Amino acid sequence: MAASVVVDHVSKRYRLYHERNQSMKAALLRGRRARYEEFMALNDVSFEIKEGTAFGLIGENGSGKSTMLKCIARILRPDAGSITTQGKVSALLELGAGFHPELSGRENVYLNGAILGLSRREIDAKFDEIVDFSGIEQFIDAPVKNYSSGMYVRLGFAVAINVDPAVLLIDEVLAVGDQEFQNKCTEKISQFRREGRTIVVVSHALSSVRELCDEVALIEHGRLIQVGPAVETIDHYLTEILSIDPATLGIARRSTGEIQLKGIELIGASGVLPGAVTLGESVTFRLHFDALEPVSGPVFGMSLTSSDGVLVTGTNTKDQGISLEIASGPGWIDLAVPRLLVSPGRYHVTGTIYDTTQMTPIHEVGDLHAFEVVNGSPKTSGITSLGGTWRSGA
Amino acid sequence: MNQLREYYERRELLTNLVLRELRSRYKRSALGWTWSLLNPLSSVLIYWVVFGVFLKVKAPIGDPSDQGNFVLFLLCALIPWNFFSNGVTQSIESLVVNAGLIRKVYFPRELLVASTVGGLLVTFLIELGVVVAILIIAGNMVLPWLPIVVLLVFLQILMVLGIGLLLSGANVYFRDVRHFVNLLMPMLFYSTPVVYPISYVPVNWHVAGRSIPLRSIYEMNPLVHLVSAYRALMYDLRFPSVGSLAYIAVWSVGLLLIGQFVFNRLEHRLAEEV
Repeated sequence: MAASVVVDHVSKRYRLYHERNQSMKAALLRGRRARYEEFMALNDVSFEIKEGTAFGLIGENGSGKSTMLKCIARILRPDAGSITTQGKVSALLELGAGFHPELSGRENVYLNGAILGLSRREIDAKFDEIVDFSGIEQFIDAPVKNYSSGMYVRLGFAVAINVDPAVLLIDEVLAVGDQEFQNKCTEKISQFRREGRTIVVVSHALSSVRELCDEVALIEHGRLIQVGPAVETIDHYLTEILSIDPATLGIARRSTGEIQLKGIELIGASGVLPGAVTLGESVTFRLHFDALEPVSGPVFGMSLTSSDGVLVTGTNTKDQGISLEIASGPGWIDLAVPRLLVSPGRYHVTGTIYDTTQMTPIHEVGDLHAFEVVNGSPKTSGITSLGGTWRSGA
Repeated sequence: MNQLREYYERRELLTNLVLRELRSRYKRSALGWTWSLLNPLSSVLIYWVVFGVFLKVKAPIGDPSDQGNFVLFLLCALIPWNFFSNGVTQSIESLVVNAGLIRKVYFPRELLVASTVGGLLVTFLIELGVVVAILIIAGNMVLPWLPIVVLLVFLQILMVLGIGLLLSGANVYFRDVRHFVNLLMPMLFYSTPVVYPISYVPVNWHVAGRSIPLRSIYEMNPLVHLVSAYRALMYDLRFPSVGSLAYIAVWSVGLLLIGQFVFNRLEHRLAEEV
């Protein structure tokens, strides 16, 4: 099968400026431009994407996967190596990026279509289809600055998907609009696959990469670690890079990843605890997370496992009947424990986030944190303490 | 040559970007497109009062048109000058203004410069049309000279585009370029015979016992030739000197080649730096 995209020894350096004043005075005083450090976003990466396959790029944040996608889209140019693509490339990077706020939806469809390489006649022919797909017929002659963000993105998606690309590049944009629109997008992408077009996806949602892609490339610190069948590469990523216990691989594979657990802090009466808690002390477990998009009704959970692998206790937000609305960006959630009543020893904390049905994992980390419990004034034996007080009754 | 082909292949996009420029320019103003005529009208009024009335600058009698009106004399040079000045200052900003687009979608970036120039060209042509109408009403039959005016406009487009390409890329890396040009533009305006006839510039300037060939130095500025050529065609109704036309052509093509060359060099990291 012919290669649709050939990435040949591609390297890309970014410049990290120490001071960002692009002024001539500063440059003249220093004798050159602002000082900067170079940072290898991509380091000698080579792979081929066969025609008609769905290809995934995975890796942690900042691994270089999005840079790779932008290089394929020709937005960025590699410093070394070359990328060749066959046929028209359309990128779903930022939907509606070419929209001008003062112009109407109709004018913007023509403008955006032209940016993506369509002729006027081609847009004329597809115009109804585009408007129909976006579902905003009523507002097509209103300026797009009056659109809601959902309408904006829907129109952007509708244009980008209708340019008849041979290669479609997607960067985490499928979570747009309501469920109905998402279904439409998924259906359109399946149709693309059936028509034998090439799709390149960058995503943190390993489960959807796994579902969609035939082949996956794993990029870490700008280097290509592995490229091959989706299942193998994703498993390699989970076990080798994210150090996930093979026992929980099943959950990790299914995780959708909209919210990422970042860590746990133990907060006592006097502030953050360094890692040891006294039996019977009051402690708050603070779960830090980073939401990549707003999520409605996720269920956060936490459990403690003793060093010999016994599950001591577990609890989640749904047990308490709490319904959460998470906005995108970093945040935290607290579990306040008035008296920590587990026997002295070392404990591992598992953090979990599930969707509202508790059927689909969003993110689960087996060993998010470890801490020590030391004996205090109430001493105990066994695995837990009753927290009771002895009283003489004679 | 490659570049020309690229312009040609993406001409639909160029048209669309020019339309975007034009549609959005006066989108939320009550007077709309009237502004594009009010602006030159106000500068004509100012220059006429200050230079024509206060300072008593005399327009030379047109040869062979016998025209002596200062306002007409002014218009024939001011309108092309405005296209030059607006074209250069606005195209310098064209990449920075469209940073969002550059970071998110690929298309030949020089089209942003070209569309800015294109949008101003439309205004320029409308203004030129109005000036031609006024000239005809005033008895200057310019119509036979229009083909050569079109040639001049074409050369001027190349010149503005060349400078725009040269400086817009540089402006992404050094934001001072724009301020520097804003400083230079009035100097260039008064070194070009727009509000006064070229005969006011002394041939030799005697200073400290030495004689400086001021006029020859002055005439090195290609805009002197450009503006004079427009004036010869529209005010005097005669053919401009072939030497002048050749001089303008060399500058225009040269600037375009240099501009495109520099732009290609600077384009490399545009999406990261803008």
